[in-house]
Amino acid sequence: MLKRKRFIFAILAILPTLAIFGYVRLYPIADTLRLSLFKWDILSRNKPFIGLANFRELMGDHLFLDALVNTTIIAFGVLLLTIPMALVIAALIFHRTRSRMAGFYETAVFIPHVVSLVPAAMAWKWIFDARLGPLNALLNFFGIPAQNWLFDPVLSVICIIVLCSWQALGYAVLIYIVGFKNLPVSLYEAAKLDGASGPQSFWFLSIPMLKPITLYVSVVTLVSGFNVYAQAFVLASDAQGAPGRQVRVLVLDMLENSFRNYRVGYAASEAVVLLVIVLVLTLIQFSMLRERGRI
Amino acid sequence: MTAEIATVDIGPTADELAEGRRLRRRKRLTNLAIDVFLVIVSLLMLLPLVFLVANAFKTPAEMLAWPPTILPRDPTLANFSAVLGETPLIRWIGNSLAFAVLSTVAIVATSAIAGYIFGKFRFGTLNLIFALFLATAIVPFEVYMIPLYFQAKSLGILNSVWGLLLGYLVMSFGIFLIRQNVIHSIPDELLEAARIDGAGEFWIFLHIVLPLLRGALGALAVLAFFQAWTAFAWPMIVATTRTSYTIEVGLALFQTGFTVDLGRLSAASATVLIPSILLFVILRRNFVQGVASTGLKE
Repeated sequence: MLKRKRFIFAILAILPTLAIFGYVRLYPIADTLRLSLFKWDILSRNKPFIGLANFRELMGDHLFLDALVNTTIIAFGVLLLTIPMALVIAALIFHRTRSRMAGFYETAVFIPHVVSLVPAAMAWKWIFDARLGPLNALLNFFGIPAQNWLFDPVLSVICIIVLCSWQALGYAVLIYIVGFKNLPVSLYEAAKLDGASGPQSFWFLSIPMLKPITLYVSVVTLVSGFNVYAQAFVLASDAQGAPGRQVRVLVLDMLENSFRNYRVGYAASEAVVLLVIVLVLTLIQFSMLRERGRI
Repeated sequence: MTAEIATVDIGPTADELAEGRRLRRRKRLTNLAIDVFLVIVSLLMLLPLVFLVANAFKTPAEMLAWPPTILPRDPTLANFSAVLGETPLIRWIGNSLAFAVLSTVAIVATSAIAGYIFGKFRFGTLNLIFALFLATAIVPFEVYMIPLYFQAKSLGILNSVWGLLLGYLVMSFGIFLIRQNVIHSIPDELLEAARIDGAGEFWIFLHIVLPLLRGALGALAVLAFFQAWTAFAWPMIVATTRTSYTIEVGLALFQTGFTVDLGRLSAASATVLIPSILLFVILRRNFVQGVASTGLKE
């Protein structure tokens, strides 16, 4: 009787949240999957079911493939730049935990992660600016010719990677510091007694022991890399001032198909591709963690 | 007996003392090198933002100067007055603020209730629902925002704060965070004792559970606020009229115009950056606690 009363309370209490959750999460996710199989151009009334035709078309769509390649390069570029730097910086900040400066280091590294994307991107737009930017001025100072950073197809991708890494670094450092704090102190003391130097215990103890954290941070960084949008939108405007066209990324391509070309079903199939990428990355993370658990 | 040991125990030799001094000095030097390195890294991380704020106060001529100045030689407010005259900047900030505050309230409320129920009421059905909540957490917002846009459209709330809010009403991670806290910091005995005293379930939640969750809810609130404040893709598609822009969208579209110069852009950006950095520095502890716990999902 009592248990039943409690069960009723629990259901009643969870109901509003569940309803909201269903409406703003479950339904649109299911709808994305459904729409990806339909041909729906907002303008026409009928939505015929076309199976996997959208996906087949994607495979031959140059704009989409362009976006997919750019986004993948950006995501992995950010990963390769962020993780090693974060690991080293976190190790050093952790080493200096007891110094008065530790709070300052943590805050300084973390601030780029919390400030709004667009204003921060604006700062970098100035740095990279071909005519006014200090980067070219600095290069000139060393006798290197000025580069057209934001308009060159290769350099602009690098600029976006730098901007995204600058933002991602703080989060990775923070998670690594938590990881360092959870490592057993006794192990390090034992290593020290055996004559291991600081860098040695970092390389042979910390890195292997932090592998689960590295996996987690890598997946988070990759996933947010695949969702890159604002950075490309602000940094890579093309010569006509149209934002984001210079470096096409997945989210931009998707929104353009949906709201400029009115091809919602097609855009939904792009969203499904994005979802599959994220799922695969997450599965890799879990299977690698499990493998480690078995050993 | 004790006296005998005392005589055996001779102090460290002069050599050993010197060795100790040498090691200590080496350690101090290493620490100093590490500090120097970390200070440089910290300053490099902050430099773009420092320059942005400095540029906001510069005349067009000084923006071209090399090396770039950190303290403007003759600071001017011309950029600020130009931006405020040309754009409804204050309106955009107001929109963002309203959106972020409402989203924070919604996320804290839904997470508190759902986290408590999932943490303390272990019925089979509820566990199943919780698994569903968790499973959808890995789906990025960008994947389902187009159908959500059409839902907002059919509700007739495009170009309003309510439309913005629709995308940011719940946070799977928030529910998870509160559930962990409920499990670890609220003993069953406490709830049982209250029930024996005749307290109703709702009274228990309000007067016992919520006060105990203050810390976690605070961390979640800061996280939720910044999440909405910095949102970009969703406001970009939902709020498309000049008066309904959030500050992020307003700035991003403002910068694509032709006539815009970097001084004005910097002024507009600085207006947004300075308060959010101050807020972050004040709430740093809460924020770090919240973000750090995202890493402990496993």
